Amino acid sequence: MKKRKVISTSSEWTFDLIERYHTEIARVAGQYRLSTYPNQIEVISSEQMMDAYSSVGLPVGYHHWSFGKEFLNTEKRYRRGQMGLAYEIVINSNPCIAYLMEENTMMMQALVIAHAAYGHNSFFKNNYLFQTWTNADSIIDYLVFARNFIEDCERRYGHEEVELTLDSCHALMNQGVDRYKRPSRLSLRQEQQRQKEREDYRQSQINDLWRTLPASNRATDSAANGRFPAEPQENLLYFIEKHSPLLEPWQREIVRIVRKIGQYFYPQRQTQVMNEGWASFWHYTILNTLYDEGKLSDGFMIEFLQSHSNVLAQPPYFSKYYSGINPYTLGFAVYSDIRRMCENPTEEDRYWFPQLADTDWVSSLDFAMRNFKDESFISQYLSPKVIRDLKLFAVLDDDTRDKMEITAIHEEKGYRYIRQALADQYNLGSREPNIQVYHVDRGGDRSLTLRHTQYQRRPLGESMDEVMKHLGRLWGFTVRMETVSEDGKVELTHETPIEKRKLSR
Amino acid sequence: MAHIIDRRLNGRNKSAVNRQRFLQRFKGQIKKAVGDAIAGRSITDIDNGEKITIPSKDISEPVFSHGRGGTREAVHPGNKEFISGDQVDRPEGGGKGSGGKASNSGEGTDDFAFEISREEFLNFFFEDLALPNLVKTQLTTLVQHKMVRAGYTSDGTPSNINIIRSLRGAQGRRIALSAPHRMKLQEARIELEALQKTGRGDTPRAVELKEEIERLEKKIEAIPFIDTFDLRFNNRIRQPKPTTQAVMFCLMDVSGSMDQARKDIAKRFFILLYLFLTRTYEKISLVFIRHHTIAMEVDEDDFFHSRETGGTVVSSALELMYGIIQERYPTSDWNIYAAQASDGDNWSDDSPLCRDLLIDRIMPCVQYFAYIEITADMRQSLWREYENVKETYPNFAMREIQTPADIYPVFRDLFKKANSA
Repeated sequence: MKKRKVISTSSEWTFDLIERYHTEIARVAGQYRLSTYPNQIEVISSEQMMDAYSSVGLPVGYHHWSFGKEFLNTEKRYRRGQMGLAYEIVINSNPCIAYLMEENTMMMQALVIAHAAYGHNSFFKNNYLFQTWTNADSIIDYLVFARNFIEDCERRYGHEEVELTLDSCHALMNQGVDRYKRPSRLSLRQEQQRQKEREDYRQSQINDLWRTLPASNRATDSAANGRFPAEPQENLLYFIEKHSPLLEPWQREIVRIVRKIGQYFYPQRQTQVMNEGWASFWHYTILNTLYDEGKLSDGFMIEFLQSHSNVLAQPPYFSKYYSGINPYTLGFAVYSDIRRMCENPTEEDRYWFPQLADTDWVSSLDFAMRNFKDESFISQYLSPKVIRDLKLFAVLDDDTRDKMEITAIHEEKGYRYIRQALADQYNLGSREPNIQVYHVDRGGDRSLTLRHTQYQRRPLGESMDEVMKHLGRLWGFTVRMETVSEDGKVELTHETPIEKRKLSR
Repeated sequence: MAHIIDRRLNGRNKSAVNRQRFLQRFKGQIKKAVGDAIAGRSITDIDNGEKITIPSKDISEPVFSHGRGGTREAVHPGNKEFISGDQVDRPEGGGKGSGGKASNSGEGTDDFAFEISREEFLNFFFEDLALPNLVKTQLTTLVQHKMVRAGYTSDGTPSNINIIRSLRGAQGRRIALSAPHRMKLQEARIELEALQKTGRGDTPRAVELKEEIERLEKKIEAIPFIDTFDLRFNNRIRQPKPTTQAVMFCLMDVSGSMDQARKDIAKRFFILLYLFLTRTYEKISLVFIRHHTIAMEVDEDDFFHSRETGGTVVSSALELMYGIIQERYPTSDWNIYAAQASDGDNWSDDSPLCRDLLIDRIMPCVQYFAYIEITADMRQSLWREYENVKETYPNFAMREIQTPADIYPVFRDLFKKANSA
């Protein structure tokens, strides 16, 4: 056995020690070919951590009551000790900002550095969803711009007015992304068309005179030409930003800001399992490597393993602590199993994952991290062994039947079924209702019609009425919701009538 | 290489604005909670923060989501008894079986609870009472001053001259001003002495030195013994003196016509006076006197919650109050305040007696007497008699009120006095 030359034994941290641990962790991460943004590690107090928590992890945020609510909630739970808290907050930016809390022990700081500054960081940099949807180089600048812009609006138009707009935008925040259209795939023609649209819009703002000319011919023409929009639009906020008839320019900009921020979080909502699993896998692997090299003391490792297993605890379904599948556990299990299958494949693994067996595990893991989101990651990599280890089973709840049915359990004939069901559970398309802009009555009362395409007969939740009011506020005219059931029947499920007649001034 | 930055010294209250926004937005609910809290609290306990609870449906942020119904399939961990094809009952309360709805944020409570600070609590309380801002910020003072010594100054009245300091200054000045002359004088004397020793005491040089010595001695003498510049005066400044103790009499009619709603209004009235007094006095005693035909001294709980019936003789309470003042609260040691709440009913022969009692005996002892009549009815004899008291004593205030917002004007004169002092 090698002689141990541990970095430190005390549980107190100092800046010097953080620096040394970081150097070691960076070296090991380099061995495993983790590619990251440069790190910016910030030491903060617990109050600051609560602030960071309540602004949903944005380092710079505009003011809104909902963040205040979040803060009060966090504060209360922290005071009562319900929330062990915040091992880490890490921000998808370049450089990547990771927060360390001053109350943490040295072990905890090292754990957070490995977890956040190398695990999450490399995920942010390399996963395709993050690459497609977020721009780490400019996010901080954009947030600063957003905050200043909204503050400016508050001064000019009063914060109540701004708050109303923000409330409405927040209600639609999850509908601010084109799920199936990638932003970078614009063809040249579309690009030009967009540019022209923007130009037309600007023109219409400038040539105020034109609007007063009688335009009845044109209006009837376009109404006769059929539906607007020509194809259903799923990006509600974008549609409102571009086409809502009555919004002031500053309101459009606020819609845009909320949409952009929603888009920034969009990949995170779809990669929770992958992202947390990846970070947990790497803090585990990196610290174990350091231990094997003799750099960490036994005490450090015991403390570390305790924290690690707390984070990865998965209570079974009948426990009172059960609140769904722990994404840390699931992700960690899948990544660890990929490594196992690469290094020590069994017969079963060779049958299920021939592409993994006896390959270089670092590259295989890297591939798995880069090219998937939770849904596809699970349907690609969830192995029979993980299903068995977690004792997964699937339950079908059909409201037309008296009882629920256990459709599959962790056995030979159930693996594929469970894998499929679990992947679907993480599919944003089935988790959230599918709602699209269907029609605007441009020739008539300018009402906006949305269509909700039902998925497995699930209706919309009660909060729909409230959301529709928000939508009505942004649109300015009557808004409707139609529901398309699975057999293709269309039914009007909601209408918020708005009588607003703006007389020509 | 990573940057490691110490951000601990950066501002902590990044969320303060958002917190305020939240409180402002849910003002209505919070005010209601504060109102309930006041009803449940003791008067002396008003000066604390409060835990506020708001129904969480009021503050939820709506988003499009799936409701109950349809089919859903969920995967759960930890199977211990099921095999595929089993039929199971739906769990109570839609727990595990209802699938991917993990949005219940753990606690399972229906209400959103949080704490507001003492300042915030008082602000909400004041708001109900329609206090003007100036008063809110300076619910203070009625300052009495005392003079305290604060070092020395270079001017003042002759009676304040500090002799030791002045003379010390004068001596210093004399030494300083005469120093160059003394040096020359000493040199001259040494030289003269040397000349005399060698027997050259009559040389022109010696004569010159003698004259020089004489001249220098005169110069030193010419320095004044004391100059106006040297004078030092004892400095005294006015310092606000907290008057340390006060007693507050709460008088209330508890005859049958005072229902609970009226008592609640009266309670707010007493609370406001109490709060005002806490800003001014370190120690406040409370005396509760309730009366119908007979007056009794009771504790706070009885005062607000027990209910009596029968007629009303107000003078009984005033007499009891006067008796208690005589017995326990000498005016030399105590500042006495009184607040009386009633619905205006009195046995009509008794009202002139009340007036006389107030004018002759009570008003000379008290700092302030506030009377509120909680009624929508016609004014009765008590009100008319009290109007006479008001003319005689400016520190008597009276008001007819129907809502809590009417309470504050009763105190207006009191605050005015405080502000101009």
